[in-house]
Amino acid sequence: MRKVYHRPEGLTDTLMRYCPGCGHGIIHRIIAELLVELNIRERTVGIAPVGCSVFADEYFNCDMIQPAHGRGPAVATGLKRANPDLIVFSYQGDGDLAAIGTAEIVHAAARNENFTVIFVNNAIYGMTGGQLAPTTLPNMVSTTTPRGRNTKLAGNPIRVCELLNSLDGPVYINRTSVHTPQWVLKTKKAIKRGFEIQMAKKGFALIEVLSMCPTNWRMSPIESSRWIEEVMSKYYELKLFRDLTKEEK
Amino acid sequence: MSERYLFRGNHAIAEGAMRAGCRFFAGYPITPQNEIPEYFSARMPDYGGVFLQTESEIAAINMLFGASAAGVRAMTTSSSPGISLMQEGISYSCGADLPMVIANVVRGGPGLGNIAPAQSDYFQATRGGGHGDYRTPVLAPNSVQEMFEFPKLAFELAERYRTPVIILADGLLGQMIEPLEYTFDPVDPKTLPKKDYILDGCKGRERRVIRSYDLRPGYLEKLNFERIKKYQKIEAEEVRYETDHLDDAEFVIIAYGTCSRVAKAAVRLARNNGVKMGLLRPITLWPFPKKMIEELTGKTRLFIVVEMSMGQMIEDVELVVKGKAPVRLIPHPGGGIPTAREIWERFQQFREEL
Repeated sequence: MRKVYHRPEGLTDTLMRYCPGCGHGIIHRIIAELLVELNIRERTVGIAPVGCSVFADEYFNCDMIQPAHGRGPAVATGLKRANPDLIVFSYQGDGDLAAIGTAEIVHAAARNENFTVIFVNNAIYGMTGGQLAPTTLPNMVSTTTPRGRNTKLAGNPIRVCELLNSLDGPVYINRTSVHTPQWVLKTKKAIKRGFEIQMAKKGFALIEVLSMCPTNWRMSPIESSRWIEEVMSKYYELKLFRDLTKEEK
Repeated sequence: MSERYLFRGNHAIAEGAMRAGCRFFAGYPITPQNEIPEYFSARMPDYGGVFLQTESEIAAINMLFGASAAGVRAMTTSSSPGISLMQEGISYSCGADLPMVIANVVRGGPGLGNIAPAQSDYFQATRGGGHGDYRTPVLAPNSVQEMFEFPKLAFELAERYRTPVIILADGLLGQMIEPLEYTFDPVDPKTLPKKDYILDGCKGRERRVIRSYDLRPGYLEKLNFERIKKYQKIEAEEVRYETDHLDDAEFVIIAYGTCSRVAKAAVRLARNNGVKMGLLRPITLWPFPKKMIEELTGKTRLFIVVEMSMGQMIEDVELVVKGKAPVRLIPHPGGGIPTAREIWERFQQFREEL
């Protein structure tokens, strides 16, 4: 019998705690495959956020660190500047990166720190049970906007790629998704690009990945994928915002 | 005799840190300690280290979290309001057992307070300061020479016990200029033993994880009991203090930092007036010199606590004295500095009231 699918060496042999239909597992697998394909697993330090993916420090088969909520980019700065030979990635959710950690991500991007950020946007707080996220869409129901996000009261969503794209610092900014197999492949390509830019010491790369949260969206996994296609990706445009390495050529 | 240099306290602490092998500094400007990051920014390139002015004190302490995890001697400095912002990171660093050095050049508070010298962050420094069960060793210099020497001691303690260490100075110590001797040879970080917990890639070994959480039932308690053992060891082995004229003292001043310098002058004044006064100067505020105060309690007629705060260290003194001797306070909350004459006069009042 031929083995056609196996756990990549970049993942530990641990049962993941993610819900059925959640996008984290897919994104984890992409990163894990790249750690092996790019032959960087043994010199990588990954940063796990606070949120559902706090347990990423158990799942990635490389050195991992788990700092305070939103502070990943500051910790990544410390790690990478102290030891520039490391490959450093910061894995962050929307609450971690776009709410409590806004200052840290903006300034790391402005300084063009040489590490890679994987920003998982599922428009909701998963770990704490479905509260409003900085990326929750207008009128979207969360447990703290039970009548839907009224932008007059709860403010407007933040488009992180567009925000960071106003800075001179970052080298690479891309928004992808994992709601279809095609987009999973595109996401892998984008994250690979992010790591390659870091390996070439070119600087800061952020890949925003739209991801499903069926549990807190109160949808089935299939409905969740469809919702990204029909609604979420209309608000958060899937596109390459910047690749300065291409402009150099 | 080796050469002496005139140094400002804030410059001395920075030079002392880099000579002690510090190769990572991150910080945010705040008065009265701005000369520290300025000095680091000028000199760190010569030492081949990293200097970074950050977007906030929160970023600074978290950069230390990363740099310390990468294995380098990392330091930040700030003054009171900035240290408040760092408490989150200090708590996480204690939870992750990461060594680092944090100097607080204390100013008046609460709030934005003022920029005058103060000691009102005593509780914050000695009680942990952030959330959760932890302590951090606290070193209180009282001269420019000690501003220079304490970073080295702080790094040694930090690495021996894998803990953040606080240097609690104040605006006066930061700004004043005194002669300084280079009392130790520069430390080459490459000669320090390699740490067995740092994150440098898992080549040829099991992967490592640095974290401050453990959600499994019962595990955090076990971990914290282990950490308490570490704190007990620090309390047993790392108490530091200085005494002046204590042998025959009937009256004992307890003061640290700037106040201990003034208190020394007050002791001289008292002795010149035939009064048997002495001084106990805690150098480590945590661990606190409890045993020494216990020993003094039996033979002291009066303890006088002098502090540039509303009465914080006095609580530690009273916890040891337990009402067996009178303890009086000379407080200066909000930027005032006591004078020797003032201590002498207040002492005479206290003595009359006994």
